Amino acid sequence: MEKEMIRTDASPKGKNGDHVIEIVSMNKWFGSFHVLRDINLSVREGERIVVCGPSGSGKSTLIRCINRLEQHQDGIIRVDGIELTEDLKKIDRIRSEVGMVFQHFNLFPHLTILENCTLAQIWVRKTPKKEAEALAMQFLEKVKIPEQASKYPGQLSGGQQQRVAIARSLCMQPKIMLFDEPTSALDPEMIKEVLDTMIELAQEGMTMIVVSHEMGFARQVADRVIFMDDGQIVEQNEPESFFNDPKSDRTKLFLSQILGH
Amino acid sequence: MSKIESNVEFVRKEDAPVLPPPINQVGLIGWLWRNGISSMINFSTITGSIQSVLMILLTVVVLYLGLNGIWTLVDFAFIQAIWSDADELKRLACATTLQGGSLPEEWFGACWPFIAAKSKLLIYGVYDIDEIWRVNLTYLILLVGIGWVVIEKMPYRFHVGIFLLVIYPIVAFVLLTGGNLEIANSTLIIMILVSLLISVFCFLIYRGFLGEGFLAAYTVFNAIRYLSIYITMVTIIFTSDFGLVTVETDKWGGLLVTLVVAITGIVASLPLGILLALGRRSSMPVIRLLCVLFIEFWRGVPLITVLFMASFMLPLFLPEGTDFNKLLRALIGVTLFSAAYMAEVIRGGLQAIPKGQFEAASGLGLSYYQTSRLIILPQALVLVIPGIVNTFIGLFKDTTLVLIISLFDLLGMIQSSFADPNWSTPVQSLTGYLAVATIFWVILFSMSRYSMFMEKKLRYEH
Ligand SMILES: Nc1ncnc2c1ncn2[C@@H]1O[C@H](COP(=O)(O)OP(=O)(O)O)[C@@H](O)[C@H]1O
Ligand SMILES: [Mg+2]
Repeated sequence: MEKEMIRTDASPKGKNGDHVIEIVSMNKWFGSFHVLRDINLSVREGERIVVCGPSGSGKSTLIRCINRLEQHQDGIIRVDGIELTEDLKKIDRIRSEVGMVFQHFNLFPHLTILENCTLAQIWVRKTPKKEAEALAMQFLEKVKIPEQASKYPGQLSGGQQQRVAIARSLCMQPKIMLFDEPTSALDPEMIKEVLDTMIELAQEGMTMIVVSHEMGFARQVADRVIFMDDGQIVEQNEPESFFNDPKSDRTKLFLSQILGH
Repeated sequence: MSKIESNVEFVRKEDAPVLPPPINQVGLIGWLWRNGISSMINFSTITGSIQSVLMILLTVVVLYLGLNGIWTLVDFAFIQAIWSDADELKRLACATTLQGGSLPEEWFGACWPFIAAKSKLLIYGVYDIDEIWRVNLTYLILLVGIGWVVIEKMPYRFHVGIFLLVIYPIVAFVLLTGGNLEIANSTLIIMILVSLLISVFCFLIYRGFLGEGFLAAYTVFNAIRYLSIYITMVTIIFTSDFGLVTVETDKWGGLLVTLVVAITGIVASLPLGILLALGRRSSMPVIRLLCVLFIEFWRGVPLITVLFMASFMLPLFLPEGTDFNKLLRALIGVTLFSAAYMAEVIRGGLQAIPKGQFEAASGLGLSYYQTSRLIILPQALVLVIPGIVNTFIGLFKDTTLVLIISLFDLLGMIQSSFADPNWSTPVQSLTGYLAVATIFWVILFSMSRYSMFMEKKLRYEH
């Protein structure tokens, strides 16, 4: 119910203005290897997109292009109206508006949880330390681990670390959150706590692109599921139709493999 | 005890008891067991017996050689040694009857009065006697400073550390040389002008007048500005008159030279090594190439060659009449040489940092310099503390090579004092080398222990 409300909330705003991410005929090569082929994708504000596909299909590369951890060689990527080019200043602006959560958390092991969350605020946003800490605590409470603030990442479980990573990104108050297989390095009993955090985030209307094979999560929160194979977007649909009635053979094959026997 | 009744179904009915470990796992017996006994008493098989016998023999031989060596040393340095020369007999105090002295024929021990007589030479060289308080003061500040930084309970440790790195070198320079450096006024004015120009340039960049390309590199230019201002100020201080008598570096010697060369090398080679290591991994080809060339050049030549070149070749390239201080040349040679090694050690640390750390940092919007300073270096440097200290220790030992360009460090000083006929006895050189070796060993062993302690501490803190 609530999900529906947000979706209708977010979409009808307008036709052009509310596309926060626009990718047009984008191509990318690693050396001579054509890793992303003719990618076209638009994401509206508040939309939740789940990307799936076999390993090596270019999912990570695609979302890394969106915050320019990778550079594309051809086509256009526009984030929040800003086109991604060589321009350093624009890249910095994009990066502060796009949060990213990684498969292996990538917390800074030499800093406490609190310092992990305040570092970028202090050095990039130039927020005074007190304010930064207050905001960090607020987000640590949101991901339900304020009591771990003074510990080091190595002392936390995988699920807790991933929630800290989410809080760390949120501290920069991004407009868009990218998740690259956030639960695939976790032990089974910890997957739920991370997914719950993400669901909560989705319910608040955050624009999210999530690379994940958690089909339950996709069904529950996704507005669209995108299937990638071989560097291309092969199929895209609403979750129900995507899972129940896949159109392409490649999608069918993939779904049969991940959904089991 | 619960027994598995069937091959398939099993349910535990009572907890298995928690037992103490076997006797050979804990305490003294455990220690002895783990450290050798276990490999000596296995006679249950033929190979086991052979191995045990061999281990026992090896242990006996090693113990014998070790204890024998230690005994010889203790006997020479303590038991037989002559400790005082109250009657000012000099060499005769340490001579056997056959050599004109009064000691028994088979006597063989250290002659410590010789070291006592040469102690001034060993600690200060031929530094002006009236000015020796300046060296003492320099030593004292250093000792207190290092002690302060090393002891964990002290307040303001960080500030004292900064003082040691930034201000102490200036104080030490003025105290040791007397300041009053002679530099043409024109040179000084040029330095001031250059600093001013760089400052104006930085201001223009900061205001965005020079475009965004420059703005992105503002941090670098700002660092250059601070560096140039620091150098200019230091130069002004060096040329000022503090009312101290000038003591030429030719008169420095012994521990003073050893410490000046080693500490300058250590303090200067670390930051230089960090820059070189970062440069070698830079994405800018020109910077990378320059760093690789620099590192490989210095790693490719032995330090002796570097010192020879600095001493005999460099003057050929400089304009005639330029007096380029010999000690300074050695300092530059040693520093650049160690910086190249340091760079490679630190690069090893940088390589061990997972790519994800860079990605997370830049994903949060941190710049390259912020990422390096706040994320990468703190982790990389902790990882390579053993390597860094190893390089420091190597550098400290290599200072003895300055002997070949006739700078007299500890080793050089003791060797030159062997020429003193007043103290010439068969044990003279052995005593001298033993003394110098002990000083080196104490300093280097403390460095090594402290690094082990730091390494453990920093590992646990994380
Ligand atoms: N930095 C890189 N250099 C060269 N090839 C790469 C690089 N990163 C990824 N690849 C290749 O690109 C393809 C897509 O990778 P990736 O986007 O990580 O796939 P996915 O996330 O879908 O598993 C893979 O074949 C991978 O080997
Ligand atoms: Mg991937």
